[in-house]
Amino acid sequence: MSGMAFLALDKVWQRYGDQTVLEGVSLTLDEREFCVVVGASGAGKSTFLKLLLGTESPTRGRITMQGESISAGPDGRRGVVFQRYSVFPHLTVLDNVVLALDLRESRWLARTFGTARRRARDEARQMLSAVGLGASEDRYPAELSGGMQQRLAFAQALMAKPRLLLLDEPFGALDPGIRADMHQLVRRLWQELGLTIVMVTHDLKEGFALGTRLLVFDKVRQDPHAPEAYGARVTYDLPLNRNASASALAEVRATLENAKEMTDG
Amino acid sequence: MATLINRRPGRGVRIVLGMLPLLLLLLVYVVASDMRLSANAADKLLPSFGQMGQAVARFALEPSVRTGDIQLWADTAASLRRLGLAVGVSALAGLLIGMVMGGLPLAGATLSPLVAGLSLIPPLAVLPVLFIVFGLGEVAKVMLIVIGITPVIARDIAQRVREIPRELIVKAQTLGADTWQTFLRVILPLALPRLFAAVRLSLGAAWLFLIAAEAIAAESGLGYRIFLVRRYLAMDVILPYVAWITLLAALTDLVMARMSRRLFRWAELGQQG
Repeated sequence: MSGMAFLALDKVWQRYGDQTVLEGVSLTLDEREFCVVVGASGAGKSTFLKLLLGTESPTRGRITMQGESISAGPDGRRGVVFQRYSVFPHLTVLDNVVLALDLRESRWLARTFGTARRRARDEARQMLSAVGLGASEDRYPAELSGGMQQRLAFAQALMAKPRLLLLDEPFGALDPGIRADMHQLVRRLWQELGLTIVMVTHDLKEGFALGTRLLVFDKVRQDPHAPEAYGARVTYDLPLNRNASASALAEVRATLENAKEMTDG
Repeated sequence: MATLINRRPGRGVRIVLGMLPLLLLLLVYVVASDMRLSANAADKLLPSFGQMGQAVARFALEPSVRTGDIQLWADTAASLRRLGLAVGVSALAGLLIGMVMGGLPLAGATLSPLVAGLSLIPPLAVLPVLFIVFGLGEVAKVMLIVIGITPVIARDIAQRVREIPRELIVKAQTLGADTWQTFLRVILPLALPRLFAAVRLSLGAAWLFLIAAEAIAAESGLGYRIFLVRRYLAMDVILPYVAWITLLAALTDLVMARMSRRLFRWAELGQQG
């Protein structure tokens, strides 16, 4: 086994009581990959993300980032953008972005003052203009549109310079037009900042448009009498580039639609 | 012509309608007072507004013969000092206990049953204990209010902290925050508007406990005064004092509502958190 893969999952199982959600997931991820995770609802996408985030630890198996276990809880090495509740309602746009620096610079007060504060604000302003929020720094999140709130969430997460950025359906609540803008933004940030991203989405098209690699989670075994007995595995692991075979993608699409019919029916 | 269920008062009509029952009550009082006084000029039960005005002038403008203080102000100062101290202590204690209870599941499991149990004890039933333990001085009166309202505030704050979306707590940790920093920068500021609301709601109970404690053992204070002059059936003093206490309570509430709106503009914007 390659000890120094950037991110490695080694035979990871996740169970809640009798319910098996993931069974024997093993994979490695390189730096700068943009990995998109799709799957029917209930196929363990969110569980997978929670494991990477560290809010849950696997029932069995090991998850390591650069050789170190990451299951002790969330920390500054992994940033996250959720679909909702990603920014702090009591902080202005600028303060939301400065927060990561406040936390890093001041262990006990969690605030910066004087020149440190000015420097932190300058850095935060650069990040805000990078995501197109330069003109809104004094507003509160509740005064922003949904798309602007998600831009803010990205800026805020990136200030902590995470090694791995996790995206949990970050555009799920946005209108289609705004979604396209956000795709451009994420793609640009990924390229310019050299990020490593794992994104969970239910939108396969979005996955094709953004990622460099597609993971499909699905249940291989089904017991109609005990639907919870078996968990999901990674059934497809495809590179997404111009050479990605159209037939493989069509196959994935068919599998997902099939799974959807099963859950809907 | 709209059906009655669909008719809504405009702004002006609303004010007039709201004043109507108050004016009616006032009228009933004036008429009843007049009838009683014309039957017996020495009647004390329903004093006229003139008599009440004289009593107010005596208490609010002239120094007392016995102490040299102006009684209404001395009473008000004594009561507000007790109330302010007690509410301040309760707010601080309730905030700290509530945040720890709501924010740290381990502490919540330890403290929640205790606080829930304490909040069920009728505070006035403990008053004798307080008098025995703390004596008849200021501490017992302040403690009665503190014991009465702290558990309520603590439980409300704990509830608020539990309502904070888990995403926000996780987000803070991914930005590098540890437990202390998460409390300082996320949980505390999100809980503060609720503290103001909880204290405002507790003020009614705080006044109740204050007046009860002053009625039983005190040498000054608004509650002490009305229970003292009760012996002389001095309704001309009691009624203005009650009105004054009501006014003070209303003003405190108004000031706190204003402060909360000024300090937590983000909370007024509604939405999440």
